[in-house]
Amino acid sequence: MKRAVRFRVNGRPVSLDTDAQRTLLWVLRGDLELTGTKYGCGAGLCGSCTVVVDGRALRSCQATLGDVEGKDVLTVEGLANGSALHPLQQAFIDHGALQCGYCTPGMLMNAYALLDEAQHPSRARIAEAMEDNLCRCGAHQRILAAIEAVAREGGGR
Amino acid sequence: MRARTEMDRRSFIELVGGGILVVVALGPEALAQPPRSGYPTDLNAYLRIGEDGRVTVFSSKIEMGQGVMTSLAQMLAEELGVALESIDMVLGDTERCPWDEGTWGSLSTRFFGPALRAAGAAARAVLLRLASERLGVASERLTAAHGVISAGDGRQVTYGQLARGQAITRTLDRKAVLRSVSEFALMGQSPPRLDARDKVTGRAKYAGDIHPPGLLHARLVRPPAHGAKLSKADTSAAALLPGVTVVNEGDLVAVLHPDPEAAEAALERVVAEWTPAPPGADQEGIFDELLAKASAPEVAESKGSLDGVAGARRFAHTYQRGYVAHAPIEPHAATVTFEDGRLTVWASTQTPFPLRDRLASLLGLDPSRVRVITPYVGGGFGGKSVNPQAEEAARLARIIGRPVQVAYTRAEEFFHDALDPAGVVKIASALGEDGRIVSWDYDVYFAGDRAAELFYDVPHARRRFFRGRSASGSVHRFAVGPWRAPGASLNVWARESQIDVMAAATRMDPLEFRLRNTTDARMRRCLQEAARRFGWTPAAGPSGRGWGIACGVDSGTYAALMAAVTVDRERGTVKVERVVCAQDMGVVVNPTGAAMQVEGSITMGLGYTFSEELRFRGGEIVTDGFDSYEIPRFSVVPRAIETVLVRNDELPPQGGGEPAIVPVGGVMANAVFDATGVRLFRLPMTPARLRAALAGAGER
Ligand code: FES
Ligand code: FES
Repeated sequence: MKRAVRFRVNGRPVSLDTDAQRTLLWVLRGDLELTGTKYGCGAGLCGSCTVVVDGRALRSCQATLGDVEGKDVLTVEGLANGSALHPLQQAFIDHGALQCGYCTPGMLMNAYALLDEAQHPSRARIAEAMEDNLCRCGAHQRILAAIEAVAREGGGR
Repeated sequence: MRARTEMDRRSFIELVGGGILVVVALGPEALAQPPRSGYPTDLNAYLRIGEDGRVTVFSSKIEMGQGVMTSLAQMLAEELGVALESIDMVLGDTERCPWDEGTWGSLSTRFFGPALRAAGAAARAVLLRLASERLGVASERLTAAHGVISAGDGRQVTYGQLARGQAITRTLDRKAVLRSVSEFALMGQSPPRLDARDKVTGRAKYAGDIHPPGLLHARLVRPPAHGAKLSKADTSAAALLPGVTVVNEGDLVAVLHPDPEAAEAALERVVAEWTPAPPGADQEGIFDELLAKASAPEVAESKGSLDGVAGARRFAHTYQRGYVAHAPIEPHAATVTFEDGRLTVWASTQTPFPLRDRLASLLGLDPSRVRVITPYVGGGFGGKSVNPQAEEAARLARIIGRPVQVAYTRAEEFFHDALDPAGVVKIASALGEDGRIVSWDYDVYFAGDRAAELFYDVPHARRRFFRGRSASGSVHRFAVGPWRAPGASLNVWARESQIDVMAAATRMDPLEFRLRNTTDARMRRCLQEAARRFGWTPAAGPSGRGWGIACGVDSGTYAALMAAVTVDRERGTVKVERVVCAQDMGVVVNPTGAAMQVEGSITMGLGYTFSEELRFRGGEIVTDGFDSYEIPRFSVVPRAIETVLVRNDELPPQGGGEPAIVPVGGVMANAVFDATGVRLFRLPMTPARLRAALAGAGER
C-alpha cells in the first residue's frame, strides 16, 4: 500500500511515496542511495545497519519506514559537518579503530547514540553498549579507545 | 612472442599517457598467465608519475582491511621520495591494473613490496638524471624529497615539472638499490590509513553499494542441504508479483526485483522440489567419517628412527577441530552489468584476475571482454578467494540483459562459505630424562602441513600429512578453502599442547622447557621478549595462575604468545585477561598497522578457540546466523592485547596478517590447563565441553 511517508534524514526533509511496511535499511540504501548503512545479518544481531533515530540507536534492518515516520534519522553520511569530521570519526582515524571498515558506520552510529545518552561513560559502560556490534577484523580494543577518548572530552555531539 | 609483448607494451604506454612510467616485473613466476589481458604480461604493477606530480600505483592487490593500500604506498613513497599524500592507489581493477594472482597468504608485503620499492628507486634515479640535465648539476649532488629535487644552491625542480612532456618507461628487475633502514623517513612510521576517511564517512564503496541504473537484486533458490539436487521449481506464483523478473533455467532459479526485499518476498513464493541429500555425520561424528576416507600419507619430513629410543617417556594424543567459517561482516556480493557483449563486475573478491578468467570461460567470452573491479572488501580472511556469487550474477545479467546484484544473506554466507576444513592431528612423542624431546611422530589429516615444521631440536622425527582430496574428489561434504593461515592454527594448537603436556609431565616450567628444546635464535628471542613484557615467572603447570605460552612460525614471521586467563568452573567459561605477542617480522613497514593485524589475529583466534564451530547434519548446515555461530565480541576481547615488535632489521619485511592467529588456540589451551589442570583435545573449548572435562577431572 503506497502512501506518502515523511521524515528527516541527516537534517533534510524527505517524502517518499511508498509502502510504509518496507524495511528502513533497504529504503536508506536503495531509494535514498545512502549506502554507508550496511547489511550484515538482517536479523538484528550484528549492528552494521545501525542508524540514530531521534537520538537513539536503531537497527535499521529491524525497523520499518513507518517506525521513523515524522522522526529524525541520522546515518553515517550525516555525521560530519561539511568537511569537518565529527569527533568520533576523527577519533576512529586517530586510534586506528577500523580495518575493513564494514562495521565502522554501525559502530560510529551506536557510539554516537551512547554519547548522546551518557555524559562520560566508563570504558565498561562503553563496552557494554557496544556489545552487540560485531567486528570480524578485531578492531575492538581500538574502537573502545576511540570512543573513550571522545567521551572523556565530552565531545559526543 | 617477444614481438607480441613489445606491441602490447607500446599500446600500453600510449594508453597510460605521458609522464614517467615504471613497470614492475616479479620474474618467471609472474608469467604463468597467458597474454590475454591487453597488457604486457611481464609486469605485475606499474606506477606513473604524472605531469601534476601525482604518483599513481596500479596493482591488483586488494584492500580488505589488512592495510596494504597504506603500507604499499608507504614503501613506494619512501623509495621515490614523495609525500604519502601524493600517491593514489588503484587496486584490483583488471582493466587498469596488470595481472596478479590475488591477495592472500601474507604475500603482498613479502613479495610484492620489494618490487614496488625497487620501482620507486628506479623512478627516483630517472628523475635525478632528468634533473641533472636540466639544472646542469651532477646527480650525486642533488637531493630528492617530497617530490622536489634540489641542487643545494636554491635551485629546484619538482617531479611534476620533470615528468612534463616525457614518455619515459623503465622496466626493472629486483636489483635496484633500496634505502637502508637507517635512511627510512616513512617506512617504520605509522601514518593514518589512506582508506580511513572514506571508511568513517560512509563514502567507502563495497560491492553491494554499487547500484548501476536499472539494477535488479536477485535472490536465488538454494538447496536445503549440500548434496540435494533440484528436481523441479515452480516459479509461476512469484512471476505474478508486480515488478518481479524470474529466471528458471536448470540449476539457476532466481527471482529479481529493484528492491531486495521484494525479491525476497518473491522467493518465498517459489516452490522447489529436491531429491534429498545422502545422510552423513554431524559435527560430532565427522572425525570418524573423515578418517575413514583419508588418503595415503605423504611424508613431509623424516629423520632418525622413531622406534628404539630407549628409556624415554612416551606421550600420544589425538587433537580434533571442526569446521570454521570465515564470517566476514560483509557477506559475498557482486554487481554485474552486461552491455554490448562486455561484462563488468564489481565483486567482493580477493582474486580479481582469476575471477575474471573464470567468468570469461563460464560465459564463453574473451577475457578482454570481462572487467572485474574490486571496491573495498569488507573482510576476506581467505574466504573471498572463492566467488560463486559473481558467477551467479554474471549468468543472470546475461540472461535478462539488465544489471544484477547478488548479495548473500547471512545464512547463505554460512551455507556457501569455503570453510576451514575439519582436521585431526595425531602426535606420539617421547621425552628423555634430561627434559629433551627425543622423538616426534606427527600425522595431520586434511589441514595440510603449514606451520607444522618443527623448530624444536628433535633427533628422531617424522611428519606426514593426509590429504582431504583424493582421485574421487574432496572428502568434505562442503566447500572448503583457505582460511587465515590455512591449517596452521590446528597444527600449532596441537603441537604446542603436546609440548605443554610433556613440560607438565616433567614438572618443568613451560617457558624453560621450550627454551631447553630449541636453539632457533629467532624463536628464543621472541619467547624471551614475550616473557619480559608479560612478566613471566617460572612455575610448572598447572600452577593455578592461568598462564599459558605458545609459539609458531608462519609467513616468514615468528610469534610467541603469552596469555593470562581466569576460568569460571561452574559455567565452564574462560575470561581472557591479557595477551602479549612478541613478533619478529623483519623490517616493520608500519608499526601501528602491524599491531592492528596482531590484535585482529588474536581476537579472531579467540573464536576458533572458544566458540566457533559449524553445526551440521549431513549436508544440512544448521548454523545460519550470528546467534548460532558466536564470533568474538567486545566482552570476549581481553582488556589488553600487547604487541612487542622484535627488532630484526637484517630481514626484509615478512608477513603480518596471519602469524599471530596461529598460536592462539595453543596459548589458550595451555592457559586453561594451567588454571585448572584440565586439558581439552578438541576445539573449540566451549563451556559445555570445559564443564564436562572439569566434572570428569573432579571424579577421578
Ligand atoms: S544487519 Fe541489522 S543488525 Fe545485522
Ligand atoms: S573493521 Fe572489519 S568488521 Fe570491523
